[in-house]
Amino acid sequence: MAGIRGNERPAGWLFVAPAVLILGLFMLLPILMALWVSLTRWNGQGSPFTGSVPFAGLDNYTKLFTDEGLARQDFMTSIRNNAYYVLLVVPIQTVLALALALVVNNRLLKGKGFFRTAFYFPSVTSSVAISVVFLFMFANGGAINAILAVFGIDGPQWFSDPRGLVHLFFDTPPSFLTEHSLFGLSWWDWLAGPSVAMCAIIALVIWTTSGTFMVMFLAALQNVPVQLEEAGLIDGASAWQRLRHIILPQLRPTTFLVVTLGLIGTWQVFDQIYVMSQGNPAKTTLTPAFLSYRTAFRDFDYGTGAAISFVLFLIIVVLTLVQRRLTRERN
Amino acid sequence: MIRTLTSRFLGYAILIFFALVFLYPFVIQIANGLKTEANAAANPLSPFPDPLTWVSLERIFSGTGFPTWLGNSVLVTVVVTIGRVAFGSMAGYALSRLQFRGRKALFAGLLALMAVPPVVLLIPKFLVLNQLGMYNSYSGLIVPLLADATGIFVMKQFFDSVPVSVEEAARIDGAGVFRTFWSVVLPMAKPALITLTILSFTGSWNEFPHTLVSVQDPGLFTLPRGLADLVSGSLGAGTQYPLKLGAALLATIPVAIIFVIFQRYFVRDTTAGADKG
Repeated sequence: MAGIRGNERPAGWLFVAPAVLILGLFMLLPILMALWVSLTRWNGQGSPFTGSVPFAGLDNYTKLFTDEGLARQDFMTSIRNNAYYVLLVVPIQTVLALALALVVNNRLLKGKGFFRTAFYFPSVTSSVAISVVFLFMFANGGAINAILAVFGIDGPQWFSDPRGLVHLFFDTPPSFLTEHSLFGLSWWDWLAGPSVAMCAIIALVIWTTSGTFMVMFLAALQNVPVQLEEAGLIDGASAWQRLRHIILPQLRPTTFLVVTLGLIGTWQVFDQIYVMSQGNPAKTTLTPAFLSYRTAFRDFDYGTGAAISFVLFLIIVVLTLVQRRLTRERN
Repeated sequence: MIRTLTSRFLGYAILIFFALVFLYPFVIQIANGLKTEANAAANPLSPFPDPLTWVSLERIFSGTGFPTWLGNSVLVTVVVTIGRVAFGSMAGYALSRLQFRGRKALFAGLLALMAVPPVVLLIPKFLVLNQLGMYNSYSGLIVPLLADATGIFVMKQFFDSVPVSVEEAARIDGAGVFRTFWSVVLPMAKPALITLTILSFTGSWNEFPHTLVSVQDPGLFTLPRGLADLVSGSLGAGTQYPLKLGAALLATIPVAIIFVIFQRYFVRDTTAGADKG
């Protein structure tokens, strides 16, 4: 045995060396460097690792949560925007993916392969390229408003409309909502709902990701034992009852997975924001990921930008741990 | 009988409606890339360019940085794909098969790295590239992408699922670790290698955030970066839609071709990733 295994030790390290080097140098080390920068006031000049860079301690973090000011207001606005985005994207894409999978999986229908391909294709294309297409479709007088006009609806100017969906229902805000505030935003602002502009981005994201999740549901559906459904049929259960009491319970693990993967992904939205809105109008499409980029690379406040990244990191890591725990329980 | 017929009809109606929803934006993209600007503004929904014109496509090549971006994208994609396949299969094999000290810790580290969301690496990556003097260069654009944790994971899972007997036979016949890897293991791993190649190809072809923090010279832009610049930058928003849509279309074509040819491998990725998470 020793003869065969003898040369494995150095070989093992040699095999992993390139990957370890690259991942260590461009993932692990940068994270540590950014952790340090998030404790400083580095402005992009020279190296952040010399004594001349002012040390800020936890200031960059407290600025986001406890200190009154523009930094906190922007950060909380970005959290609010992203929360509404998550609240709409995750449920809609999950239900849509499940519904499409159920229809595609129907044994009576032909052309399964074609429809699966059609629904899945958007998710493999470049996020930047597809954002360009949606920018055109949601433009003033674009395709979406042309469709809405057919139904007699006068479409909004999507990307310049900062009004929140909830705000659309009120002419004047109730005074008790504007009087109280939390983390620098009034209750009224917290309750705004996603802006009209954000809705266009939400539509794009649901459109791109539903196909991926549909494929996951399809794979799970194929593992549901046919006998179970037939038993339900014999017992005289209606289609809805079979779905509700036989199929859905079987899909529970996949549903959990799709929801948590959705939660993890939606907190990272960046490309679409960069291409379509840059956080505008009136900061209503600002998200933590884009805010951290903007703070560092446009305002040259790398410390605050890095601090925002780490808060976002924390949110996503918690969600990832939940997802891994759920997957493990399932296995 | 009637019930089956109505449910079948309803099923097709739903499927066709959604197929339109998912595919029509691409029709709009193709059609409007071939329209005049006035026509695209007046009839954005129409799938028929009237008149049909190649002006925008010609302008993409003569009036924008597109040829440069295309060249850079091809270079980045080829080098990164080769790197990811080579380093990913080597590391995946070692983590699955070879006995060496630190293997378990490395695998735990790999799982941890897979949980790191790419968007929080924007500032960190810029810092390290800046510090190493690689910012704004081809090496900065390419080297950090040469290995990815998910690819290594996919390969390790694959090797875990393959019986060791064939390799052991080779080893007993006196072949060394490298010989065995090259002439016995890799030929066997063909399906996994194809999956990894496709994953790397689409991943690096579509990569956007990394190019944003690694280069700023327009001569180093890849297609997604150039496209983003075209839309939000120099040419201004609201106009030149045929040009922008045409450029976006050209950037989508290579991935579309790969997708059509290797479709079953794409579908396999998502489910494999889903299972093991």
